[in-house]
Amino acid sequence: MTRLGSDRRHPVRFKLNGKPVEAEAEPRTLLSDFLRQQIGATGTHVGCEHGVCGACTVIVDGMLTRSCLTLAVQADGCELQTVEGLAPSPDRLGILQQAFRRNHALQCGFCTAGILMSLDHYLRRHPMPSEADIRDLLSGHLCRCTGYTPIVKAALEAAAELATTSEEKSDA
Amino acid sequence: MPETAVRSASSVDQNRAEVRPWVGRSIERVEDAALLTGRGRFIDDLGTPPGTLHAAILRSPHAHADIVSVDAEAARRAPGVAAVLTGEQVKALTSSLVVGVKAPVECWPIAIDRVRYVGEPVAVVVATDRARAEDAIELINVEYRPRAAVVDPLAALAADAPVLHEGFPGNLASDRRFSYGNPDLAFGEAAHRFSIDIRYPRNSCTPIETYGVIASHDAAEDAYDILANFQGPFSIHTVISRALKVPGNRLRLRTPPASGGSFGVKQGVFPYIVLIGAASRAVGRPVKWIEDRLEHLTASVSATNRATTLSAAVAADGKILALDWDQVEDCGAHLRAPEPATLYRMHGNLTGAYDIRHVRVRNRVVVTNKTPTGLNRGFGGPQVYFALERLVQRIAIGLRLDPFDVIKRNLVPANAFPYRTATGALLDSGNYQEAIARGVEQGRLAELRTRRDEARAQGRLYGIGFTAVVEPSVSNMGYITTVLTAAERRKAGPKNGAQATATVTLDPVGSVTVHVASVPQGQGHRTVLSQVVADVFGLKPQDVRVNTEIDTTKDAWSIASGNYASRFAAAVAGTAKLAAERIAARLARVAASQLNVEPGDVVFGDGLVASKRNPENRIAFSRIAALSHWSPGSLPDDAGQTIRETVFWTPPELTAPDDEDRINSSLCHGFIFDFCGVEIDRTTFEVRIDRYVTMHDCGTILHPGMVNGQIRGGFAQALGAALYEEYAYAADGSFLTGTFADYLLPTTAEVPEPQIVHMETPSPFTPLGAKGVGEGNCMSTPVCIANAVADALRLADVTLPLVPAKLAALVRGPEPEPPAGQPKAAPAREGDRRLHGEGSASVNGAPEQVWTMLLDVGTLQAVIPGCQRVDKVSDTHFRADVTLGIGPVTGRYRADVQLFDLDPPRTVTLRGKAEGALGFGSAEGRITLEPDGKGGTRLHYAYDAAIGGKVASIGGRLLDGATRVIIGQFFAALARKAGGGGPASGFSLIALLGKLASLLGGRR
Repeated sequence: MTRLGSDRRHPVRFKLNGKPVEAEAEPRTLLSDFLRQQIGATGTHVGCEHGVCGACTVIVDGMLTRSCLTLAVQADGCELQTVEGLAPSPDRLGILQQAFRRNHALQCGFCTAGILMSLDHYLRRHPMPSEADIRDLLSGHLCRCTGYTPIVKAALEAAAELATTSEEKSDA
Repeated sequence: MPETAVRSASSVDQNRAEVRPWVGRSIERVEDAALLTGRGRFIDDLGTPPGTLHAAILRSPHAHADIVSVDAEAARRAPGVAAVLTGEQVKALTSSLVVGVKAPVECWPIAIDRVRYVGEPVAVVVATDRARAEDAIELINVEYRPRAAVVDPLAALAADAPVLHEGFPGNLASDRRFSYGNPDLAFGEAAHRFSIDIRYPRNSCTPIETYGVIASHDAAEDAYDILANFQGPFSIHTVISRALKVPGNRLRLRTPPASGGSFGVKQGVFPYIVLIGAASRAVGRPVKWIEDRLEHLTASVSATNRATTLSAAVAADGKILALDWDQVEDCGAHLRAPEPATLYRMHGNLTGAYDIRHVRVRNRVVVTNKTPTGLNRGFGGPQVYFALERLVQRIAIGLRLDPFDVIKRNLVPANAFPYRTATGALLDSGNYQEAIARGVEQGRLAELRTRRDEARAQGRLYGIGFTAVVEPSVSNMGYITTVLTAAERRKAGPKNGAQATATVTLDPVGSVTVHVASVPQGQGHRTVLSQVVADVFGLKPQDVRVNTEIDTTKDAWSIASGNYASRFAAAVAGTAKLAAERIAARLARVAASQLNVEPGDVVFGDGLVASKRNPENRIAFSRIAALSHWSPGSLPDDAGQTIRETVFWTPPELTAPDDEDRINSSLCHGFIFDFCGVEIDRTTFEVRIDRYVTMHDCGTILHPGMVNGQIRGGFAQALGAALYEEYAYAADGSFLTGTFADYLLPTTAEVPEPQIVHMETPSPFTPLGAKGVGEGNCMSTPVCIANAVADALRLADVTLPLVPAKLAALVRGPEPEPPAGQPKAAPAREGDRRLHGEGSASVNGAPEQVWTMLLDVGTLQAVIPGCQRVDKVSDTHFRADVTLGIGPVTGRYRADVQLFDLDPPRTVTLRGKAEGALGFGSAEGRITLEPDGKGGTRLHYAYDAAIGGKVASIGGRLLDGATRVIIGQFFAALARKAGGGGPASGFSLIALLGKLASLLGGRR
């Protein structure tokens, strides 16, 4: 097991949304702070720093991860996905993001990045979710603006659309 | 007018887009693309100037204590630390925050000599980064002398209650009595009198983004430049500049482009603006501070809790003739501006939606050892309506009437608008009877009653609740002066009105920019304003760019600016319309001269300015719009420039309180009628919302999607307030709900979709006919659910939040005694988080050897988890420095342990206390050693501990678990040291010592 000196900074390298990034971190630095302050990927937000609110959710090596409960050095060598990687291009929104906009599934948008990451991860694995599935999945996220139902609706709409799109793709 | 304007907010028909106005359509929000792609610009996403330092705040673990000494020398020498500011230094750089009532009381953003609530700032460390600032915080030693604390508002009024401020004798900050009409006569003659006692709890809408401040002091000009996610009202700007000892023009207060929710709460960042501003001045560098969640829940701000006794004089038919309000408002430890506004915001509406002509009021404001209060969605409404609407249900039960019928009997008549209430509000418009009829029909009340009957027939616990409320919006900036007497008001000068402002600018290519001082935190103001202004100019919303950031040195603003009192749709959007119309009128003159028509013949549409009579005679909007820039000489002489227009609009209806204390506290009054069916599980006492119907009349709807978003969001927060959320305090003032694992917010699993019904009765007082809609469900929903639960369980009194344990106790009575032989929970000492336990462990080595180890400094230092050092004061007196983490709370503690009743090598009693930035506690334990017959020692221990402060706020389950782990570690280490053995049960004696020395520390 690698031992890291607590009084030193250590290089941390990982792939962020497909691109290699590198910066230094103290062993105690949280992944959320590292992403935001060292890498400059500020789309991931910090809402509670104790793993309840879900705002900081990212994907590390295919696993949904609370980046506020993860040390930056733990992500060394991993593949990370964050909200910055969701849109197909800078001027276009993905299907899930469009569904959010269409359904007013966000207001202040502070918790949204984490919710999008959970849904993106889930819908890739469960293309035909029920409302109960989505509500269960999202019960690990706190939103204070929307009352949640527009988020659930957006997720179900996106799932339906994604199912259609992937069928089309498989035809092509 | 109301009849014709009444229509439901249906979804948008896109086919006739070119002729239909943009206002009223649910267009997609301009805000969303950035927020959905991680490009929102919240305060912590923005860069800071080079050399910016970072602040961390040391906070009080005590609810009430004198600060005997603060030793910050070690912190000042710590790596990266630029400065440590204590109360003394902050006091030298600032002056006291203005207090909302006339009293010889000071209010500082940091404790001066004395702490009055858990979480009150005691010192600010400024360092090169946040982590180093937090490191240094732990090196500050504060010696406190605890005082008795009081957390209950009525207890605070008792003669022997501890006094928080000498300037508030008896903890009473204000005591005013009011009488409207002839309440004595009404109560004397009424057939019935009903009365209810209410305790409304503390809660908060807890935005997911916490507070943030980046402050910079320019010594050359003695001016501050401060960026903060403040939300207004900007009357607070005057409080901040005064506290920072600069005139208003030397306090440049700015807001970031995005703010992660506020719901009123971010008004409460202002003391930190002062504190971080002072820190910046002290170090001569920009200073940034981002609050963490524990700080936010513990010490940011809270809604008020209130004790109310409300009585009604009632005729035999259920008609309410008079009300008698006795409200005791708990504003926490300091009366911070704009408090006691929560108490007076509803003053004009104390009769709710009802036609009640006689009202008596006694309003008292008290201080207690809890976090100071401030703005919070609903602001006074939840507290008032909980009492009023619970009383209406009581009246119905008492008179054997249906609560719904009592509501109907008392509503303000439909033909009475604008209606002046007894206490002075001018209800602008409405038709409550029609609204209720729609709600009942579309919400299928009859069917809901059948569901209740069926459920009850099956023995299920099912109830229906009703509420009718008036939702005030656009606050009169003078309402708070109702707390003063008429004579005091005359002396202080008049306060009234509410200036809204908007600026519309046309640039040299004719594109349109709108700026407002509304400081949204996610409501979508930019989208709505683009609709409003696009309609005036005949453009598309995407042609209009809206900026809602505030910079008080450059932008138009006034004291009423900001995002509160649901003022956007009614006041700000309307003012933007007025500003656009002023420019449009001038553009029409310019266009008329260009098109050779009369100005009255000019119309704007499809990006063109044209003659109404001859639509072919037209010119591009951008051409006309740009003319003021490129060719002012071509403008008609009397047209004036068309480059920029700033409008300030204040409604004349918002007059100051009159000499009889009547106050029109708000401009607009929406109407809400809610009913719901709830079922309560007989076993778990979980409350399930079966159906929730909420009928809103918020005047003209500008954006149906956003209106429904406000209703859903408010409903979810209100559901939390009704069922889950409470800022809980122990009797000693320890804060008990410092994490989101303890302060429970509703999630997707708990929040159902409310059925929303609309009706639109435009306000005659606002430019667009709109009224506020942002806060209504926070007022109506908690009591509607409570009424339903009371109906289901046949309870006379219910107190929020309606957690299962509370309902179980109400229905089943107290928890029965455990069967004989079962362990019995020790009675909790008032006000403490208790930890107690007993257990045993085995350690290799004879009792004599273990005994020696227990008293050996070297051994203790090696085996106590997290121990930094142990000092031996005497043979039976030890002091230790220990660092421990429990859940999210890691901190350093200084422990002081003494040994008593020594009977070597058999028994010893330990007594100790520990104190650190994160908490304090005391413990006593008894350890018994006996030979195990195999050459080893069997240790028995029992301990009893009490803890307080931040550690206490993290919740019992975490604490118990952490205790087990720490004790286990202690025994494992001791066993290793002794050479083998181990804890027999995971708990242990020595653990007790370790635990004592570290975690539990003491109360004196």
